[in-house]
Amino acid sequence: MADMMVRVPISEQDPKVRATNFEEVCLGYTEEEAVAEASRCLNCKKPMCVGGCPVSINIPAFIQEVKEGNFEKAYEIISESSALPAVCGRVCPQESQCEGKCIRGIKGEAVAIGKLERFVADWARENGIKPKNTSTPNGHKVAVIGSGPSGLTAAGDLAKAGYDVTVFEALHEMGGVLVYGIPEFRLPKEKVVKAEVENVKALGVKFEKNVIIGRSITIDELMEKEGFEAVFIGSGAGLPMFMHIPGEQANGVFSANEYLTRNNLMKAFKEGYDTPIARGKKVVVVGGGNVAMDAARTALRLGAEVHVVYRRSEAELPARAEEVHHAKEEGVIFDLLQNPVEILVNEEGSVRGCKVIKMELGEPDASGRRRPVEIPGSEYEIECDTVIMSLGTSPNPLISSTTVGLETNKKGCLIATEQGATTKDAVYAGGDAVTGAATVILAMGAGKTAAAAIDEYFKNKN
Amino acid sequence: MYPILKKEKLSDKIFLMVVKAPRVADGCLPGQFIIVKIDEEGERIPLTICDYDRAEGTITIVFQTVGASTERMAELNAGDAFADFVGPLGQPSELCIEADLEETKKKNIVFIAGGVGTAPVYPQVKWLKEHGVKTTVIIGARSKDILFYEDEMRAVADELYLATDDGSYGFHGNGCQQLQALVDEGKKFDHCVAIGPMIMMKFVCLLTKELGIPTVVSMNPIMVDGTGMCGACRLVVGDEVKFACVDGPEFDGHLVDFDQAMARAKQYKTEEGRALLKQQEGDTHHGGCGNCGGDK
Repeated sequence: MADMMVRVPISEQDPKVRATNFEEVCLGYTEEEAVAEASRCLNCKKPMCVGGCPVSINIPAFIQEVKEGNFEKAYEIISESSALPAVCGRVCPQESQCEGKCIRGIKGEAVAIGKLERFVADWARENGIKPKNTSTPNGHKVAVIGSGPSGLTAAGDLAKAGYDVTVFEALHEMGGVLVYGIPEFRLPKEKVVKAEVENVKALGVKFEKNVIIGRSITIDELMEKEGFEAVFIGSGAGLPMFMHIPGEQANGVFSANEYLTRNNLMKAFKEGYDTPIARGKKVVVVGGGNVAMDAARTALRLGAEVHVVYRRSEAELPARAEEVHHAKEEGVIFDLLQNPVEILVNEEGSVRGCKVIKMELGEPDASGRRRPVEIPGSEYEIECDTVIMSLGTSPNPLISSTTVGLETNKKGCLIATEQGATTKDAVYAGGDAVTGAATVILAMGAGKTAAAAIDEYFKNKN
Repeated sequence: MYPILKKEKLSDKIFLMVVKAPRVADGCLPGQFIIVKIDEEGERIPLTICDYDRAEGTITIVFQTVGASTERMAELNAGDAFADFVGPLGQPSELCIEADLEETKKKNIVFIAGGVGTAPVYPQVKWLKEHGVKTTVIIGARSKDILFYEDEMRAVADELYLATDDGSYGFHGNGCQQLQALVDEGKKFDHCVAIGPMIMMKFVCLLTKELGIPTVVSMNPIMVDGTGMCGACRLVVGDEVKFACVDGPEFDGHLVDFDQAMARAKQYKTEEGRALLKQQEGDTHHGGCGNCGGDK
């Protein structure tokens, strides 16, 4: 009898091997492993895990089906709530959501809900099972701006409620941050993202790429000229932030967005693609979030020695513990309690190093985390040829500045109610465009809530 | 897909294409740009809009071959199609805003186009002509054989001056020298638009600063997405960092840090040169081209 307190281990690529390739790190459960892990679920009467899930997947119900080997039924249960289970099973911070609430986790290890979700979604894809749309078309047209997690979720839910949905994407591929931001080794593009987008298409959603809302066409024009009666804005995070320190415009300083976009969306790492990327020898990544981990692990795979420079200590790293753990295993070096004060530039205008100052933690700040304070005179130089700034983003003003009556807050984020209603009638919004940069699953939750609110809007209108 | 309806070779390395892209043609204004991607493996290439026809749903682009992707682009012909063609991107030219037309009409405007810069100058001059604004245009080029759009520009500009560095056609000298000559003749300008290679825009700005003529330039830095996401196109303008794709492409030329912009433009030169060489050499390419000068 297996120990019910511990998880069925999952196989991963060896750190030494995966540090040199872009294949997926985690290999997923086999059928036997999934059934064994599912049998650890206590099937609680009042399941806490469901409350921890932003899209409220009926977790115990799908896990019971996995336990019985009814994988197709398990997929149907997940699909009722989520349009992107293969994505979520890979990138959700389960440890602080569903798994964080699992009763098993009190005395032992929480049930591996995320890994089971991933197994079910992968099994369905490999067996050609698609989500079903049994609704009757109601003839109402809804436009969705952006094909990232919030847009795909809203589009899927609206299609399932009978709406005629078109998704507009500014880039040349569907998926938003799932294709330009999150690297291949965490989220395979062809196998997983494209397949999930196809599933949303199978629900009847139409997609149009290369359309920049606010430039190619405005929201007002979509509503007045193209017959869209409601709009959901899921346009994402926006412009990368920089530190405003000397040397930051030098060649070799990139935003994490640029570095990751070149590699992920434009596939600079792949033979045969035209897009260039700086394959640094020694790379400094500034920041400690999930995006910083993605940039660091990408630079490592492109052949560099990589240092993550973060101004607080390990306990405050905003990245998921699993990402930090994977990065360390692969050989990323963490230079904690340090902060760049200047980028050092050579005669050709390229980066030759980074001057950093050591920090210590003072009193807690507004975020509740202890505020980092500079230690006077502690500056030293790190030699490097590439610096990647991963400091977050500020909202892109393109849509708010071109839409009549759409208001933003002081930070430039779209103002929306908890249900996603903006200050403009029939226009809803959710995801990073409203909250600022957050997670895939929070954006999906916002897309789901807004889809329900849009449905409600039409019902009240009729 | 976005079909190419027409292709024309304007000079040895400069090509014109008319592309069907109704959504872009419907919303674009002079000064804006597009991003084109040849196929799955291609780069996203930003190019200014040279002309547009809303009724036909077409955009005219002009490009010079400078790297692997533009070389590949030059091989395409009418009947082929681009995988992606997105736009319009960036802010329209501040001269081509209908609401400000009365102010614009009071100005004595001179355009200085250098090389391929003729392409983005043309739609602005055309728009101004259509709205009753008089303009003077100087087109500068290294020599006669790389001048293009002379007839088209003559049809829309009130005065057109041509200048060649080698004296093979028109004024013997560059655009800056032609401007100086016009000013020396007593012509008065109170607004200048300079579009062309960064080095040319830098020198025009040095001159116009001396002459006291406010000058707008159109910047074409390295870009990836062109929508304000990656920050690759950042420039120092005055004391601020600006993104050419969302804040520009036009900026006050007297505030742009050209030296920094030129250094940033070289960022991928070796990579691009290598990619080009690899493409030309095909199977015979064996790397080791770091110092071979294959790049532009």
